[in-house]
Amino acid sequence: MTTAEASAGAFVDYLLHLADNALVLGQRNAEWCGHGPILEEDLALANNSLDLIGQARLLYQHAADRINADALLAQRFAHLQGARQDGRVTEDTLAYFRDTAEFRNHTLMELPHHGPLVGYAVAERDYATTMARNFLVSALMVLVWDALKASKDTQLAAIAAKSLKEVRYHLQHASDWLVRLGDGTDESHARAQAAVDHLLPFCEAFWQPGPAERAAAQDGTGVDVLALREGWNTLVDETLTEATLSRHDQPHHGYVAQGHVGEHSEHLGFLLAEMQSLARAHPTAVW
Amino acid sequence: MGAAELHQHELHGAVLARVRAAIAHLADPEIPVVSLSELGILREVRTGADGVPEVVITPTYSGCPAMGQIEDDIVAALRDAGLPGRVVTQLSPAWTTDWMSEAAKDNLRAYGIAPPQCGSAPATSTGVLQFSRHAARLIDVPCPQCGSHNTTQTTHFGSTACKALYRCLDCLEPFDYFKPY
Repeated sequence: MTTAEASAGAFVDYLLHLADNALVLGQRNAEWCGHGPILEEDLALANNSLDLIGQARLLYQHAADRINADALLAQRFAHLQGARQDGRVTEDTLAYFRDTAEFRNHTLMELPHHGPLVGYAVAERDYATTMARNFLVSALMVLVWDALKASKDTQLAAIAAKSLKEVRYHLQHASDWLVRLGDGTDESHARAQAAVDHLLPFCEAFWQPGPAERAAAQDGTGVDVLALREGWNTLVDETLTEATLSRHDQPHHGYVAQGHVGEHSEHLGFLLAEMQSLARAHPTAVW
Repeated sequence: MGAAELHQHELHGAVLARVRAAIAHLADPEIPVVSLSELGILREVRTGADGVPEVVITPTYSGCPAMGQIEDDIVAALRDAGLPGRVVTQLSPAWTTDWMSEAAKDNLRAYGIAPPQCGSAPATSTGVLQFSRHAARLIDVPCPQCGSHNTTQTTHFGSTACKALYRCLDCLEPFDYFKPY
């Protein structure tokens, strides 16, 4: 394999990493549809998912174009036969027909809307967890998209410019809620703190880029995520302070989640089963 | 340009004018009072490399579900007018509410939707920070019903991705606010 071929493969993997992050979080947040704590938040989360799934579609389409244009890459994805159009890979091929280990999203995105359940707890959804995750992810993505506007890949730069506009609203929404919950009642404060304590360690994976992220950063199509760490810490610290919440995640000593290189938690398989079952059971179905 | 070429050029120009006329009445299905052109979704009508007219559109939000409908509407309008053509979607430059004409903003207001107040959000890294910190509370959105500035945001995300929900504290009417993008 030549350097150019390896680089083309790494770039597709980088696109899939960005796309999978957006799709998996979009699917998770869509679980609130019809179950929101109040109608307005039900709508907000559905809109948030719409943006994320829209971003994922653009990224998958771009990845599919790259795969179809490259014989070696086409061969690598030849085992995915679903939702092809005239034999070519489509966005749906990538979203619905890859299995758990082929997804490159951060583990943080696939976690359920609650921390560890203890005792007799049965709560399935905790809004503080949802908001804390949206906050931590949006704080990263405003910086990632902002930097990717300068990507050497013009299509990725165009997607970044659009996504940045959307994720700013996600960040505003999530940080407002985090402050409201953290600086709220004793109960909301305790739950917001527990959510932040539960999720922050998963963010450590942001700063351990996989091979595809590193290759993309090196050739200028991607972004060096480590250069964004200080900005992310500032955003997180400012909002947590205003929310009267504290950080207990530094220094980090434990396991660093590896979803972005394909080693996922037990939760992703269930999420994909729900999301992909219809497309797989009825591969030729159309709306 | 030779005489034959010039003739060809004029023919293309005439076809493009007919294409523009055929789709001029089309509007966003969610906001029927503003045309695609006034909203800034319709970017260009041009002749493709193979001589077929191309209608270039750009999505508002990445996941805007109206895009499929808009594309279908354009294709149908061209078919009804007996014109050739196809729809091309482009992402760059990214759509912004800054492209919305003043006439379009007046139409929105008359329809009950408060038009976007300021320019698109600042693009610098500092802008990211400022934008994240309670920007909504700093924006003054007048009520499209009674014109009062005494309004409050009910929710960041309203009936569509591009709108927030506001409430007027004087006439007590709820209203949609087209968010700056």
